[in-house]
Amino acid sequence: MADMELTGAEIVVRCMRDEGIKHIFGYPGGAVLNIYDEIYKQKDFEHILVRHEQAAVHAADAYARCTGQVGVAIVTSGPGATNAVTGIATAYMDSIPMVVITGQVPTAAIGQDAFQEVDTIGITRPCVKHNFLVKDVRELASTIKKAFFIAATGRPGPVVVDVPKDVTQHKCVYEYPRSVSMRSYNPTSKGHAGQIKKAAQMLLEAQRPMIYTGGGVVLGNAAEQVAELARLLGYPVTSTLMGLGGFPSPDPQFLGMLGMHGTIEANMAMQHCDVLLAVGARFDDRVVGNPKHFAKEAHRIIHIDVDPSSISKRVKVDVPIVGEVGQVLDEICKHLKAGKDKPDEQALKAWWAQIELWRSQDCLKYDRNAAVIKPQFVVEKLYEVTGGDAFVTSDVGQHQMWAAQYYKFAKPRRWINSGGLGTMGFGLPAAMGVQMAHPDASVACITGEGSIQMNIQELSTCKEWKLPLKIILLNNGYLGMVRQWQEFFYEERYAESYMTSLPDFVKLAEAYGHVGMTIEKPEDVEPALRDAFGKYKDRLVFINFLTDPRENVFPMVPAGKGLSEMILV
Amino acid sequence: MRHIISLLMENESGALSRVAGLFSARGYNIESLTVAPTEDATLSRMTIVTRGSDDVIEQITKQLNKLVDVVKVQDLSDGSHIERELMLVKVRATGEMREEIKRMADIFRGRILDVADKTYTIELTGPGTKLDAFLAALEPSAILETVRTGASGIGRGDRVMKV
Repeated sequence: MADMELTGAEIVVRCMRDEGIKHIFGYPGGAVLNIYDEIYKQKDFEHILVRHEQAAVHAADAYARCTGQVGVAIVTSGPGATNAVTGIATAYMDSIPMVVITGQVPTAAIGQDAFQEVDTIGITRPCVKHNFLVKDVRELASTIKKAFFIAATGRPGPVVVDVPKDVTQHKCVYEYPRSVSMRSYNPTSKGHAGQIKKAAQMLLEAQRPMIYTGGGVVLGNAAEQVAELARLLGYPVTSTLMGLGGFPSPDPQFLGMLGMHGTIEANMAMQHCDVLLAVGARFDDRVVGNPKHFAKEAHRIIHIDVDPSSISKRVKVDVPIVGEVGQVLDEICKHLKAGKDKPDEQALKAWWAQIELWRSQDCLKYDRNAAVIKPQFVVEKLYEVTGGDAFVTSDVGQHQMWAAQYYKFAKPRRWINSGGLGTMGFGLPAAMGVQMAHPDASVACITGEGSIQMNIQELSTCKEWKLPLKIILLNNGYLGMVRQWQEFFYEERYAESYMTSLPDFVKLAEAYGHVGMTIEKPEDVEPALRDAFGKYKDRLVFINFLTDPRENVFPMVPAGKGLSEMILV
Repeated sequence: MRHIISLLMENESGALSRVAGLFSARGYNIESLTVAPTEDATLSRMTIVTRGSDDVIEQITKQLNKLVDVVKVQDLSDGSHIERELMLVKVRATGEMREEIKRMADIFRGRILDVADKTYTIELTGPGTKLDAFLAALEPSAILETVRTGASGIGRGDRVMKV
């Protein structure tokens, strides 16, 4: 039995079993028929058939984001692979651990412009952490093992394994390697002790300290350590879009999100602090705006990141620490607890007084008594109705920013959105991935009428799997973020940002077998949400909220400007 | 500033395209790039000549290190090193120029590899600047064709790059 030979297709399925995979998202096709035949025969994992390959990859991606495990998707060659590319690039930009199995034409046909052939390795190379073309069935199991290892370790990311059809037919003895050792791939896990000591010292010397956390805190499971450090020192904390939930948003030490649509208090504190601790964040253009403007103030910067290439890429730092953020923060906390030095209480008091002054401007206020539905109001009500404990996915645009600003995430891995690539169409398939991973959890997808139509076909997948998602459509009739930029920077020339002939979303939801509602008045918002999570708990509910078409996202730092140059209303 | 970067990488198909793709995707410039297997057939050694500010070079080495197939990266310009490039040049050699070109090749320690009725093909090795100097010393219209390998580099003394 031990040395019985298996086909490549059987090996793929066995590898998934031995890797402990429970859910795979995919779409069959010619090049992966052998694999699908084996999927048909097994019971170790469930395969979720989507309606478009992009959705399979987004769902696997979100599955990874909300569980911390590696997500898996499988698609066929050619158009299957090219449809998957947007999903792969989305995961790559946000450092999401994922393995994507792509079918390929038989090895003998590669390069012959065969039916459904594309150079998947070539196309995906710039948007994967790594990719493999498996030409020999004897290398299949070890390659898949490597793929999972690379995807999950160091700075995580998607890995593509391209498997030609003949390789799925060939046979060899199956053995799944227990461990992987690669001379060319050894990510640093432990931070440098000397640097850690220096960081602890610098933090204690701060007069105006700031802790800036990013997606790395969530990906590195370091929320506890961030909280411990913040409490130990009493320093203010801000977070990027990707880091939300890495520190509890309702906490008074939390200044809200920073960046292009960050709060006044977060952006001003970021700009004016004297010691900045950056944790798993990369100073990207949506966060610090213009790096030259940011560098005008004299900051001393400590930067902890698992990826050395993230350090000193856009902003020069003083104390770089390469390592897993949780481990490094643990060490810093140890130093602080062991030493006698304490933060300068007087200075900290003055700094907090300044911050409270900024905070008192209440930059997220909006007209709560408006006769039309304000989109912010819907998100606030969603927060109340779900007790702040839902998984929230979003698409990309104004609704995404409102979700980030008004849903106060208290736990990591609850806020699932495409931050780096900014992929419209992400929200619905992402919500499917989350609901598959957490069948009993409340899952809401906050979306816009532009984004939702980019993967609307997945309502069919939701019906098949009876996924009780709540789709919160903030329908303002415009591609809102485009409209906002046109209003501010293009003298209100609204080029192609208004959609006429939108579908009747209620009928559309019903056509797919779900519950649809249209809500037009502010007083109906809360009852509708209560019905969605109460009366229709077990159904997918699609709520079309007709919101104020002229509402904009504030504050706003225009592209290329500095963090203190915000537009407030 | 000009930098010469050496790297060892897994000798796998597609490895070169990962490096070339990285440079084009991130807008780094490549002045020259040479690659061949080493004494260990599973490893390739690559020499890349590039230009950039210190920040850019730091990013280049970090990004190269991040490629999963790359085993080791070294900026040879950080220490003393030797670099050599090979050039083959075909020149018009007729009449009295025939003797003149032979003499010039000797001065630059070039070797004439091929002799035809009207041409010489000369092999020349050295740092890029020496090859440039040789070409500059020739009458431009006499140069019919040149081919250069790009620089290969190695550290001086005990500095060794090995897995």
